[in-house]
Amino acid sequence: MKQVPDTETLIKVAGAGIVTDGIKWVMSSFDEFAVEEALQQKEKMKAGAVTIVSLGPDRAIEAIRTGLAMGADTAIHINDSAYYGTADPFATAAVLAAAIKDLDYDCVFLGKQAIDDDSGQVPAMVGELLGIPVITQVIKLEVAADKSKATVTREVEGGHAILEVALPAVFSAQKGLNEPRYASLPGIMKAKKKPVDVKTAADLGIDAGPATTIKEMSLPPARQAGKIIAGDDAAAKAAALAKALHEEVKII
Amino acid sequence: MPGTLIYAEVQKGEIKKGSFEVTSKAKELGGEVAACIIGSGVEALAPELAKYGADKIYVVDGPEYENYVPEAFVQAFAQVAAQVNPSVILASATAQGKDLTPAIAARLKAGAISDCVDLTKDGDKVVAKRPMYAGKAYALVVANADPQVISVRPNSFTATENAGAGAVEKVAVSLDTAKIKTTVKSLELAESDEPDQTEAEIIVSGGRGMKGPENFAMLEELAKLFGPTATTGASRAAVDAGWREHSYQVGQTGKTVSPNLYIACGISGAIQHMAGMGTSKVIVAINKDAEAPIFTKADYGVVDDLFNVVPALINEIKKVKG
Repeated sequence: MKQVPDTETLIKVAGAGIVTDGIKWVMSSFDEFAVEEALQQKEKMKAGAVTIVSLGPDRAIEAIRTGLAMGADTAIHINDSAYYGTADPFATAAVLAAAIKDLDYDCVFLGKQAIDDDSGQVPAMVGELLGIPVITQVIKLEVAADKSKATVTREVEGGHAILEVALPAVFSAQKGLNEPRYASLPGIMKAKKKPVDVKTAADLGIDAGPATTIKEMSLPPARQAGKIIAGDDAAAKAAALAKALHEEVKII
Repeated sequence: MPGTLIYAEVQKGEIKKGSFEVTSKAKELGGEVAACIIGSGVEALAPELAKYGADKIYVVDGPEYENYVPEAFVQAFAQVAAQVNPSVILASATAQGKDLTPAIAARLKAGAISDCVDLTKDGDKVVAKRPMYAGKAYALVVANADPQVISVRPNSFTATENAGAGAVEKVAVSLDTAKIKTTVKSLELAESDEPDQTEAEIIVSGGRGMKGPENFAMLEELAKLFGPTATTGASRAAVDAGWREHSYQVGQTGKTVSPNLYIACGISGAIQHMAGMGTSKVIVAINKDAEAPIFTKADYGVVDDLFNVVPALINEIKKVKG
């Protein structure tokens, strides 16, 4: 689970990063689906526990508490500036996998991508590092009663693929998997007392460091407003637009 | 000198356009260009890759590769990569490319850079430009060591014919089937041959102003008029209302697209939507609200009721096309 800037945020860049002043930090939206799915599976099984694992600075505790307030039981917070600051998918996956590997688990859920870096690489890397199968872009999941396998629907280009996978496995959540619940007030109160284990990469025996480096960040060139098509009525405007698409854009 | 190894993706018996795009770019960046095709009955496709610059094509062919199963494809491609020992691994950032490349990178303990929109060379390093925050910012990223594993967003480069030597080598991969714990039960692919939004050259998209699911039929009709490289899209509002499936959603929690033409119908232009389509070459907005933010970014704006404009536009385009 990752804490990211809210999607309303207007991004400003500074060197190889962004200006973080005034940003509202929230749980990445695809991670909400991941947390929700873990909770639903626990509820269906009427057994088990949900552990939130997150890499991030001090402020990430707020998103972790949100996950605990939704209903997760415990959390591991990897608070290590050498890792969360790099935005490197491999380093991120390495610490997450190291934190997960000693847990007793059937399913690992992650959002299909964090909506800040948009890398989308961590789920497949975590699975590879744990040596278990990975199904990305999951929109439906049914776990067999004996927890030996799961039937999964994933989004592929132009449709869906239905797969069967042996557990344990890693699943990356796509929108459509479920409707994430809101944390209830009693949930929020309870979350304050739930255990959060804070660790560094060294505690987890990881010293790999980042495999990529961001050299520079920039903003996209600002788009200028173009022309408003004039015309007496909708038909005249449509005709003028078709003409422009034909003669200027040369697309028809 | 170790060069580039491309993962060439096969779908419905053809190599995907995005694979040709990255092959072309690899040729332009220089060095030996190798490609790897994995599939069932795919050897005959190898010369296609030579046309776009592949000097060497490695073919992993067998019935076990009929469908994409991540564990099997990762094993096969990783073995080819170990044999070739390239300094750069390139793939198109399709659903499959995005699934395969990070697993490969993790297996090779390599740096991976996903969904790039431009690549340049700085000595032996590829400098990859990639959008972050759904395109609200761009980062220049390099991998710290070889191989540099990079996936490239479809439509970022033009596939230009520039022949490579095109030697073909069939590779016998030893597949550890005990490690394959996933089976494909079925594939439910839409009947239409519409391209995926991320690969489409033209997208006709609808938002809250469409008022209901039935009205998307006219956007589909309009898209069809533009030919086989066109498809439809939707805003989050239209998807959350249940009018369109999520796979159509363009924006920060949907797809990030970069078509030649994006026609936004009844879309106000929230920051999350604009982030997902802001790199479109030409944006057309049709909206009756003259104050809609989308008009500040659109190349062509039509302020009018889309229910009058779109049918009239369909007629006009039919006329132009004769």
